[in-house]
Amino acid sequence: MFPNVDWQIMMEQTWETLYMTLVAGVATFVIGLALGLILYITNESLLLKNRPIYVFVSAIVNVFRSIPFIILIILLIPFTLFLLGTMLGSTAALPALIIGAAPFYARMVELALREVDRGVIEAAESMGATKWQIIYKVLIPEALPAIVSGLTVTIVAIVGYTAMAGVVGGGGLGNLAFLEGFQRSQNDVTFVATVLILIIVFVIQFIGDRLVTKIDKRSA
Amino acid sequence: MIQLRNVAKWFDTKNGRVQAVDDVSLTIDRGEIFGIIGYSGAGKSTLIRLLNRLESPSSGEIEVAGSELTKLSPKELRGVRKNVSMVFQHFNLLWSRTVAENISFPLELIGVPASERKRRVQELVELVGLAGREDSYPSQLSGGQKQRVGIARALATNPEVLLCDEATSALDPKTTDSILELLVSINKKLGLTIVLITHEMHVIQKICHRVAVMEAGKVVETGQVSDVFQHPEQPITKEFVKQIGAVDDLSLTFEHLKARYPSGQIVKLKFLNETAEQPILSDVLKTHDIGFNIIGGNVTQSQVGALGTLFIQLIGEAREIDRAIASIRSQSVEVEVESDVS
Repeated sequence: MFPNVDWQIMMEQTWETLYMTLVAGVATFVIGLALGLILYITNESLLLKNRPIYVFVSAIVNVFRSIPFIILIILLIPFTLFLLGTMLGSTAALPALIIGAAPFYARMVELALREVDRGVIEAAESMGATKWQIIYKVLIPEALPAIVSGLTVTIVAIVGYTAMAGVVGGGGLGNLAFLEGFQRSQNDVTFVATVLILIIVFVIQFIGDRLVTKIDKRSA
Repeated sequence: MIQLRNVAKWFDTKNGRVQAVDDVSLTIDRGEIFGIIGYSGAGKSTLIRLLNRLESPSSGEIEVAGSELTKLSPKELRGVRKNVSMVFQHFNLLWSRTVAENISFPLELIGVPASERKRRVQELVELVGLAGREDSYPSQLSGGQKQRVGIARALATNPEVLLCDEATSALDPKTTDSILELLVSINKKLGLTIVLITHEMHVIQKICHRVAVMEAGKVVETGQVSDVFQHPEQPITKEFVKQIGAVDDLSLTFEHLKARYPSGQIVKLKFLNETAEQPILSDVLKTHDIGFNIIGGNVTQSQVGALGTLFIQLIGEAREIDRAIASIRSQSVEVEVESDVS
């Protein structure tokens, strides 16, 4: 049915895509959460409002979020070479994936935290909570559903980024679809790679949605 | 227990300075329920938030449970806050935590061990009447139940002072009454000092021992609730008292009766406590040669007992009416003749 598809290679490249998505996803979660917290905390008078830090972090986040991903990869080639000694393969795609996705996720975390009722923060303060206790006992648990659904959206975006990274030398299904499918006019390869990417996205979205339903206690 | 000396708080905004609290001095005694009433914007919310330093005063001194709030380090302040709890209008519960976990929250903050927390939570759940709902989430509770959780949470650390920031304003009248009863019972049971702010005179009248009336940042009147009810001095206090004493608008009836019995005298009688429950009026009318029309009246319950208001028209000779009024007064019932009655 798919004469040009080598299933062995297709599976290998699927794992490459999953590898890039997973590693970049975890790193994005950690860095984005930290940046999002910094953005929120430095802009909230109840916590540690600090205009200069907020403006600085916010500017960096905005710059990296605004650069189209395909251009970001090219701009980051010297950095990747310096870091890993190569710009080819799945691991070489990671710095660009993380630097592209983390600022995007940071904004989502900031929005999620802003949705937390200020009254609840004040209540914790009135009970003698320290700022740190407010962050890890109030802010993060209360914002968790939005933090998780934001992560789902971000990881889905990372899957898309891996395909773009594939075009300029990264591994994975995007690379396979471009080199084997498009450049050699084997439409069946492109088709199967696309279907696999769609499956990956659907599974991620499904897991994310289930998780949010489970932790969201806001509705009875 | 709480002492405010010349406390002021202002906010500098784009549109200039807003004086929220203006030179307020107050003393609140241990174990009393102290009410602060005012319309929105009167500064009462800011005032109560000064008492646990959610706001810092711009000037003046605030002493709460022996600590001068303005002189505390952040760490000392956190210690005081465990002793001065707050209940909020919108409950401010953590929706990600169950009832039991919400009540346990302030105990977690101070590192109480889990077994001890569990025991304390169980006590509190029973105290506020939520046994069986420990594992519910706030979104599964009614407003009144949420406020019970708020109160249990506030009591978890065994505070000496409970601050209630419009604690019943988001609740319907029936639920309001049940929450007020809960506050009275914990005040009695635990000897807790309660400071509450409200815009409803009903709340003050029902549970407070003393009241302060606020207007434009100033405390314009303070006193025992019964005194303030019987003898409101400031116009704003009179307005609040009317919310309660409020025998509906009687002016039409007054005019009608005056036209019919020009020689009659309309009077307002005010009873307190036992006098509200004795047949004073019928005794007086038996011994004087006058008749009467009842126009309207009511009796309300307060912390110090029943408060009664009755409007009647006395009909008869002017001299006889004056004598009757004198003998009613001698029974320690207050009488206002109609020209004062509003």
